[in-house]
Amino acid sequence: MENNNLREQILFTANADPKKCMKCGKCSGACPNYDEMEYHPHQFVSMVQNGDIEPLLKSESLYLCLTCMVCVERCPRNVQPARFIEAVRLAKIRQQGENRLTPQQIPAKIEEDTPQQLLVSAFRKYTK
Amino acid sequence: MQRIGVFVCWCGSNIAGTVDVKKVAETLGHEPGVVFSTDYQYMCSQSGQDLVKDSIRTYNLTGVVICSCSPRMHENTFRKAAASVGLNPYMVEIANIREQVSWIHKDMETATEKAIILGRAAIAKVHLNAPLIAGETPVTKRALVIGGGIAGIQTALDIAEAGFEVDIVEKSPTIGGKMAQIDKTFPTLDCAACILTPKMVEASQQENINIYAFSEVDEVKGFVGNFTVKIRRKARYVKEELCTGCGLCTEKCPQKKVPDEFNLGLSNRRAIYIPFAQAVPKVATIDPNYCTMLKTGKCGVCSKVCGVKAIDYTQKDEIVERKYGAIVVATGFEPIKVDKFEEFAYAQSPDVVTSLEYERLMNAAGPTGGTLLRPSDKTHPHTIVFVQCVGSRCDEKSEKGKPYCSKVCCMYTAKHAMLTREKYPDTEVYVFYIDVRTPGKNFDEFYRRAVEHYGVHYVKGMVGKVTPENGKLKVQASDLLDNRQLHIDADMVVLAAAIEPDKSARPLATMLTASMDTNDFFTEAHPKLRPVESPTAGVFLSGMCQGPKDIPETVSQASACAAKVIGLLVKDKLVGNPCVAHSDEMMCNGCSQCQNVCPYGAITYTEKEFRMPDRTTAVRRVAQVNPAVCQGCGACTVTCPSGAMDLFGFSNNQIMAEVDAICK
Amino acid sequence: MEFLYYPGCTLKNKAKDLDLYARRTAEALGVTLTELPEWQCCGGVYPLGRDEIATKLSSVRNLIAARDAGRDLVTVCAACHNVVKQVNHDMATDDYIRTRVNNYLQPETPYEGETQVLHLLEVLRDKVGFDAIREKVVKPLTGRKIGAYYGCLLLRPSKVLAFDDPENPTIIEDFLRALGAEPVIYAQRNECCGAYAAIENENVPKKRAGAVLSNAKANGAEELVTACPLCMYNLKKQADGTGVKVTYFTELLAEALDIR
Repeated sequence: MENNNLREQILFTANADPKKCMKCGKCSGACPNYDEMEYHPHQFVSMVQNGDIEPLLKSESLYLCLTCMVCVERCPRNVQPARFIEAVRLAKIRQQGENRLTPQQIPAKIEEDTPQQLLVSAFRKYTK
Repeated sequence: MQRIGVFVCWCGSNIAGTVDVKKVAETLGHEPGVVFSTDYQYMCSQSGQDLVKDSIRTYNLTGVVICSCSPRMHENTFRKAAASVGLNPYMVEIANIREQVSWIHKDMETATEKAIILGRAAIAKVHLNAPLIAGETPVTKRALVIGGGIAGIQTALDIAEAGFEVDIVEKSPTIGGKMAQIDKTFPTLDCAACILTPKMVEASQQENINIYAFSEVDEVKGFVGNFTVKIRRKARYVKEELCTGCGLCTEKCPQKKVPDEFNLGLSNRRAIYIPFAQAVPKVATIDPNYCTMLKTGKCGVCSKVCGVKAIDYTQKDEIVERKYGAIVVATGFEPIKVDKFEEFAYAQSPDVVTSLEYERLMNAAGPTGGTLLRPSDKTHPHTIVFVQCVGSRCDEKSEKGKPYCSKVCCMYTAKHAMLTREKYPDTEVYVFYIDVRTPGKNFDEFYRRAVEHYGVHYVKGMVGKVTPENGKLKVQASDLLDNRQLHIDADMVVLAAAIEPDKSARPLATMLTASMDTNDFFTEAHPKLRPVESPTAGVFLSGMCQGPKDIPETVSQASACAAKVIGLLVKDKLVGNPCVAHSDEMMCNGCSQCQNVCPYGAITYTEKEFRMPDRTTAVRRVAQVNPAVCQGCGACTVTCPSGAMDLFGFSNNQIMAEVDAICK
Repeated sequence: MEFLYYPGCTLKNKAKDLDLYARRTAEALGVTLTELPEWQCCGGVYPLGRDEIATKLSSVRNLIAARDAGRDLVTVCAACHNVVKQVNHDMATDDYIRTRVNNYLQPETPYEGETQVLHLLEVLRDKVGFDAIREKVVKPLTGRKIGAYYGCLLLRPSKVLAFDDPENPTIIEDFLRALGAEPVIYAQRNECCGAYAAIENENVPKKRAGAVLSNAKANGAEELVTACPLCMYNLKKQADGTGVKVTYFTELLAEALDIR
């Protein structure tokens, strides 16, 4: 499935080149949250390159990347897979009505020692 | 006034596709001094050369300009053609309108304009050309081989067998190199030592071969056919000519805790040591960093037990100066340090090893006597994970790894996996690969045997993390074909570290003025057609120093290299390059700057008497060039502050005339 | 030695110990941390998208203020450090981002990444020196087996953070040695704790922080030390009942200097 405009937008946001990938899979070997994800770091790179973006937009995997940057650090080719995941996530949550997290949900989630940092970063990642 | 002919080559469509060759010939035909101008489809063909020769005769040409490919390709062709009809070959100039014009421009109009400008510059130069006669120099009929691994040994043997003397300079105490450390060789699985040691012995017995082991090259002077090399024979503190290699000293030495480099630190040796049983020369060496006697003056055990009085604690490095006609670089390789890849936990667990370490752990002469035991607790490993491409095939800008494929890892890993499964069928073996690259005779069959016959688990994917925990190595890796992440509790992890040129190669390249690529591999004169020669005349390349290669390839290249060296050494004389520097003694101010920049040592200074305008005489110090040594690089001419230095064939006037013609 | 200090939101609230002991220990070591006036929240995570401009503005405001004050900017929270340092790098190297941010903020002098961003650990290592700290230790943490937990934010991406070897860091271990403790090296010390996924998927931090803890424990760690409040939150939850104590590095420093 080709989706050229969206693909170009995602490539611009990601500011990284999927053509550099040599399909070694080290990103997905290193990913600490692999088992929770439906699509994995190397698939984000490859599917964005192929314009096969719809399945990614629908996937829970978007919210399961921890942006720990291990895939970026260990990639032998400097592909920076996390940037592609981030770019697809942004393409999703920038759409009207696609906020993943709303302020109304917060009180129920707060515990005694929940750090402000958790709330701030979660909003950055899940909401526009 | 010169009578110049201009010959514009089409090079098929290589030039004519982008450059309007007719227009170039037509326009250049109107340049002053040009009496004939034409174009032709292939000027380098026999009929093209005939066209040049006939025109020289017909028009009494005194100069020729060929507008064609790079002078590196056919300058010699046209010079010879000119010489065959009596024109001095140095009256021929090439304007490079292929590499510098047609191949790099798209637009015909600009390309044609540039071709005309380059042609004009060549014409301007020819106007100032003068016939030059090349001198001859004798050839020293001895070769130097730097590096005593399998590449250096093979090259030396082949040269020696052709009847020429060869010196091998090897920096470690024995020849043999990396191959001596390897257990078995792919794809035949014959034992490396069994095929290498006969060659080592042959080298030591060949009467034309002289081995300088534990020695390094300190200085190289001269040029093709006439190199002078200073070799540093490092102090062994053992008289090589007396030592019988009995090994008694190495048994009695009380300093037992020295990491054994032959076993990559997996075992210890003594402070006085012989690297391995089949070492050549079989002579002991004292390691001054660990020897108690050398450090504190108290011990002397080795001296006491030595029956032939070979120990000499006062020995100093010794410099030997030798002359050579040819130099072969065979400096080999090292596996990279894996300390930048600590995701594989190499520094954290002794059970994570490199492939070369694994060779030693499998080897009967290794630290475990050939029984595979994991280093941490000396138990038998039941699960082994091999990781390919550690540091190979990295991004060009990577600070950790290398951009190239190391070429040998796929095959030696298949070998390791196969041998492990053969010896220990109860051991599960996983190989994580990006691609399996097996282009070689019987190579792919070998790899398939590992998979199909020996049941090695090949997994398309990469290890992302190794976590040592409770005596196991928890390996986290991707399995791309099954789209899952694997978690394997391994007993050992083996890293196929990328290979890189030996560290000694870089300073050596500087001494030899031999060029290197960005990865410090020596550059060949032509990647396809002159693969065993360096661009520096008289310097040849053998083995891994030029690029990754396996043993069969190394040996082939080593023999090819020997053939080239023999081709040089059989000549009694070499025709020199007449385009050499000369100094105008009247203008020379004696500053010595030219002497300092000359890479060949071709410039000397002498005191000379000069008659001054007032009829007195004065003694002045002036530069003199030895034309037999000068290689015409031109460094002195651009350095000389008074303009006294000039180069035949590339005089300052000629260059300025070219620049003027271009800027007109 | 005087630095501008950027505490960030969490240090003013749930991570007060991290802040309090940073100030106290710095003072004791002759380092003055002056709080940046009117600092703004960094946003907690670095906005990774190139066209994320608005989300980078608050960090740049802080960076400009530091530049105009002519001082290096010191962070203590690992997250703040990561965000501010990465944004600073963008401003120094990415034309697209720099131009747009400057167009928004219209500073008197356009900002081009001039400010030096330092983590307090870097100040302790490079400016104060671990040897100088060792000399000032009054109550050495002798015999305590402590695992350094680096997590992600101090180390990656290493090309920008340039903090330490991302796969084999040593700064916190060296710090612990200076305090007299025995550092425990374990492979999971640079792996993620689960981070912000904690907000909606407890399973993730449970698994991740759990792996960190068990690896540290298996290698002999009795305590863990961190510089990140979110790591602290995720680790503490999993550490409950395991007997492993988790503290901030500033607390350990205060303890060793006996100003706790």
